[in-house]
Amino acid sequence: MFRAASWSLRATKYCPKRLVEPARMFSVSAIRTEGFRLNSLDTFTEEENMFRDSVKRFAVDVVGPKVREMDEKESMDPTIIQGLFEQGLMGIETSSEHGGAEASFVSAIIAIEELAKIDPSVSVMCDVHNTLVNTILRKFGTKEQQGKWLPLLSESKLGSFCLSEPASGSDAFALQTRAKKDGDHWVINGSKMWITNSYEAEIFLIFANVDPSKGYKGITCFIATKDMGVQIAKKEEKLGIRASSTCTLNFDDLRIPAENIIGGEGKGYKLAIEILNEGRIGIAAQMLGLAQGAFDKAVPYTYQRTQFGQPIGTFQGMQFQIAEAAVELETARLLTYNAARRKEEGRSFTKEAAMAKYWASQVAQHVSGSAIEWCGGVGFTRETGIEKFWRDSKIGAIYEGTSNIQLQTIAKFIQQEYSR
Amino acid sequence: MRPSAVRLLNILVPIKRAVDYAVKIRVNPEQTGIDLNVKHSMNPFDEIAVEEAVRIRERLKDAVKSIKVVTIGPPKSAETLRTALAMGADSAVHVEIPESAPAPEPLGVAKTLKALIERQKEGVDVVILGKQAIDDDAGQTGQMLAGLMGWSQATFASKVEVDPEQKVANITREIDGGLEELRCKFPVIITTDLRLNEPRYASLPNIMKAKKKPVEKLTAVELGVDLTPRLETIKVTEPPKRVGGGKVANVDELLAKLKEAGVTGKRA
Repeated sequence: MFRAASWSLRATKYCPKRLVEPARMFSVSAIRTEGFRLNSLDTFTEEENMFRDSVKRFAVDVVGPKVREMDEKESMDPTIIQGLFEQGLMGIETSSEHGGAEASFVSAIIAIEELAKIDPSVSVMCDVHNTLVNTILRKFGTKEQQGKWLPLLSESKLGSFCLSEPASGSDAFALQTRAKKDGDHWVINGSKMWITNSYEAEIFLIFANVDPSKGYKGITCFIATKDMGVQIAKKEEKLGIRASSTCTLNFDDLRIPAENIIGGEGKGYKLAIEILNEGRIGIAAQMLGLAQGAFDKAVPYTYQRTQFGQPIGTFQGMQFQIAEAAVELETARLLTYNAARRKEEGRSFTKEAAMAKYWASQVAQHVSGSAIEWCGGVGFTRETGIEKFWRDSKIGAIYEGTSNIQLQTIAKFIQQEYSR
Repeated sequence: MRPSAVRLLNILVPIKRAVDYAVKIRVNPEQTGIDLNVKHSMNPFDEIAVEEAVRIRERLKDAVKSIKVVTIGPPKSAETLRTALAMGADSAVHVEIPESAPAPEPLGVAKTLKALIERQKEGVDVVILGKQAIDDDAGQTGQMLAGLMGWSQATFASKVEVDPEQKVANITREIDGGLEELRCKFPVIITTDLRLNEPRYASLPNIMKAKKKPVEKLTAVELGVDLTPRLETIKVTEPPKRVGGGKVANVDELLAKLKEAGVTGKRA
């Protein structure tokens, strides 16, 4: 690394609030100026690259053979969940004190992308556990709560994030689940719907309103274990990500100790908004991996399959389509990783995260759809797994903030910037 | 560390950064070698060696004092060392050669390892390395090292049991006739075969811990070794393309064709 010593920069409002410690990027060579590190957007540390290779191998060797079976059976293989824990993939950003790998946010994004290239269902399980459940505890938990829950989440217990309800999806904070105080306990009544991981999870973050008269300011985040009485009701039968469990949960006088409130009474709204921002980048990574996985499966086939005496991938029409898809992949990749780096740098990233999630889900739909067409009949049969990517991609535009919600978020930022 | 009559084991694992097994090999246009502008990773047999060293430690626990990995290669080989550290090795040595230098030959590697072993104050009890590298398939380094050091050797190991008390290793070897069991006195050189174990994936916590493990940098000159190649590769070509075969109607015709091709022997 070399410094341009004579170059001084005035702090502008776009200055990063926090420098990334050199120790975390010890082998990245970069042009370094005061307070800034200028790298191309697809620059990663040595650890991040090693980690990518490691997750890739795990995904190909361990997850790969089980993908079709899990999809057909609509069930997550317990050995896969165990494998993720063993590889340290369920506590990526968690401190080593709590059993985690103490790695960067981008490392988590890398893991989610690499898993999605093989199976987006496994990827979303890892994503929700890391970017929603773990992060809530790391950011908003007290020292005692972190000491109690993070080790469990790093080592063996799958987590689940319970916000949506039958009557509240995009309008999340119109949730109806109620929490009533009863001595040193809270009693929760209500139901949650569309909850990822819920079938296999043992730890649940439940959002309930302690005081409906306060509107959204009464929403509070509770942490519960399954044995407190969380009832798993209907498991949804879905178009895609079928191995990822999506269930309705019922709480019937569920008693939770008062010490299990995370972030404080009435702080649930703020907590959820912040966390979903980060989760957005995770979903962008999942959709990116999905699109890349479909592309990587389909394109080699086009150079092997010959018709009219030449590989179909060499016909100009196909070449143009493949090139366009590659461009789209690159755009989704840059949006996703740039949003992730902005977050690491402490810069605002809400708009960029919304853009990444919205765009990556669109790219995933388009590229996976093209992948099927490029492979013709072979792409349409379930045997090769190419059509699975297309089915899996549809959810990208729906969960963790629909595309319309993302566009609305982006528009609000633009309005703020341009109407001063 | 508890004092004991048994000396704690020091294991050395030489590894090589080779072309990744999944890469489609192409001969370079000059026909002097293969296209090296492709993905490289740790030689799979060396991964098995690192894994075996880590498993020995898991079995013997405190009896294993150190697992050191070493590689002789250009600066990029440092990545391979980090992977080994992430799999569970304690420290690494990088004998760095310039990017433009030719790949070291097995004899050169063996001599370097000898110099390194002689430098180790605490000695080396067990050297575990891959039976061959998948780029040159030489399969010579382990045997040459044993010869240079005058140590016992057990190659193509499919099972390894180390007894630090008795200072022996019981090794099952894969040979053409089946399996051979050897008992080798320390110090011993073991080369790994495919069925010895299945290497673990470097988990993320271990990758992060690997950052803090020491990597010593040396040069061949410092070790007093000359790595100049003794062999000159004259030409590298792809195997001739297979010509189509022919169909035969019955066994008699098959025998006739085989006789024609001169492949049948004369009956006694």
